[in-house]
Amino acid sequence: MNEQVSNQPAALRARGGSHFGDRAFKWLTLLMALSVFALIVLIGYELAHGSKLALQKFGWHFLVSSDWDPVNEQFGAVPFIFGTLVSSAIALLIAVPISIATAVYLTELAPLWLRQPLTMFIELLAAVPSVILGLWGIFVMVPWLRDHLFPWLQKTLGFLPLFQGPIYGVSMLSAGIILAIMIVPIITSISREILRSVPGLQREAAYALGATRWEVTRIAVLSYAKKGLFGAVILGLGRALGETMAVLMVSGNGMRVSWSLFAPVSTLATGIAGQFTEATEDTYISALFELGLVLLGVTVLVNALAQLLLKTFAGPGVKPQQ
Amino acid sequence: MTAPNHNWRKFKNALMQAVTLACAILVVTPLVLVFYHLVKEGFSSINWAFFTQLPKSVGESGGGMANAIVGTFILLGQAAVLGVPIGVLGGVFLSEYGSSRLNWWVRFTADVLNGVPSITWGMVVYALVVVPMKGFSALAGGIVLGLMIIPLVMRTTEEVLQLVPNGYREAAFALGIAKWRTIVQIVMRTALKGIVTGVLLALARVAGETAPLLFTAFGNHFWTHKLTDPISALPLQIFAYAISPYDDWHRQAWAGALVLLLLVLFVNAGVRVLTRDRFKRNA
Repeated sequence: MNEQVSNQPAALRARGGSHFGDRAFKWLTLLMALSVFALIVLIGYELAHGSKLALQKFGWHFLVSSDWDPVNEQFGAVPFIFGTLVSSAIALLIAVPISIATAVYLTELAPLWLRQPLTMFIELLAAVPSVILGLWGIFVMVPWLRDHLFPWLQKTLGFLPLFQGPIYGVSMLSAGIILAIMIVPIITSISREILRSVPGLQREAAYALGATRWEVTRIAVLSYAKKGLFGAVILGLGRALGETMAVLMVSGNGMRVSWSLFAPVSTLATGIAGQFTEATEDTYISALFELGLVLLGVTVLVNALAQLLLKTFAGPGVKPQQ
Repeated sequence: MTAPNHNWRKFKNALMQAVTLACAILVVTPLVLVFYHLVKEGFSSINWAFFTQLPKSVGESGGGMANAIVGTFILLGQAAVLGVPIGVLGGVFLSEYGSSRLNWWVRFTADVLNGVPSITWGMVVYALVVVPMKGFSALAGGIVLGLMIIPLVMRTTEEVLQLVPNGYREAAFALGIAKWRTIVQIVMRTALKGIVTGVLLALARVAGETAPLLFTAFGNHFWTHKLTDPISALPLQIFAYAISPYDDWHRQAWAGALVLLLLVLFVNAGVRVLTRDRFKRNA
């Protein structure tokens, strides 16, 4: 569109008399567009500024120490980084196969009349606020997991260290499951857009060779869309890493690294949310800001990667956000 | 592709069809369950008092979330005042002006900003507004939500402006109308429905945000009429009640969640119906 507009003859663009109005409007919109750069710099600056004290006091040690002890003013981010990475990994393990299979169903295999309503339903699921899922998580999901799924897992897979230890309900695994519920609609709807953008000729060529529907999907569609699907997954990861409320409500605020999936945990985001208003010491607040800085760094990198993958796959037509 | 494995291939085809269908059902299940439990637990607590009264203290039953509901709309109003002009004008730039390289970077940055966790937005506004003002305030809550909708509104505005046929612009130029007036009076006007839709979706999305409000708006049990006081919001109240140990508050939390979800879903579903018209007309 931009190219089309700016390709018009200069005489046409200059017409109209109100040069001042034209220039002022253009600069105004430019300024507003540039605000996104200002915002990202602002976020980075404020978080770095807030964590200055902790950066000076603990340095790199902050990132490798697993000792989080506000009373003695010892702060190490490892429990939170660990909780974030493991809960997001669990979420991806659950969500990725389900989401991509659903996207395949929606674009390739489902009967036509079902595609539109099902898509709309999944997009509505993406709109459910985090705190509502958290509420449901506390009162419905966690008790069910505690009384049914977790004891069963312990009985059948209890020889693994992952499934040992006391069961509280609020745990790493609950956090992973609620995260999976939250990122499934995102990965599904972006994957769906990606699969829809695969050219029809790809499919027709495979059909012409006598492939079945599933073979067409596997050979012509999925392998073609690999890069875009990867982008969708990474975007889901970015969302999972920073998710706060629902995880806060089902993860139990554990501050220790434990290999048991039944142990309470904290993530970077829930660590901040749970402690920020009770932190009074300057060092404590500063350490929380540094957790925020770590979280920001990780999510910006992950999201940038996802956007690059999606943009280079899809071109300008597909909207990759949300 | 010889005959002997033909049946096997057909079987695999049917199998994958069944597996993907099962996955689709699995994806839909949580929303159904969440909605079922919200209605079951929350519906009975929704009454006139819920919308008109303040929260009661522990032990007293009844009371409502009137202040939180009003608070949510005050916060959204502030967010709209701050975020909509910046987002919409930025979107105009992306669609109508600029070089493709600069615009690529703006889009890229806006999309990355969309992925910045809401909790970090909260910390930034805490440092930027709450600390200098020496207290939590409705203003800080409005600012954080306003900043969060900027990238969202910018991208959707750009998208709907791109849907306006180029012939409209060319016709206006041919009549000698200045470019900025063409944009404001013809292009934006044509796309007005889409722009409003994008704004509503963005507001619906931040209406459910809790994490950034925890240390900006903070929450309040009473009415506030000053923007410099802490203010309550539905998601904050739901959270506070959900983690409390009182059954009565739990019921209120369910009711609040049902109201919030209906609000968000209503906007989302309504907007989808509106946009379907839009695409039909322009297709």
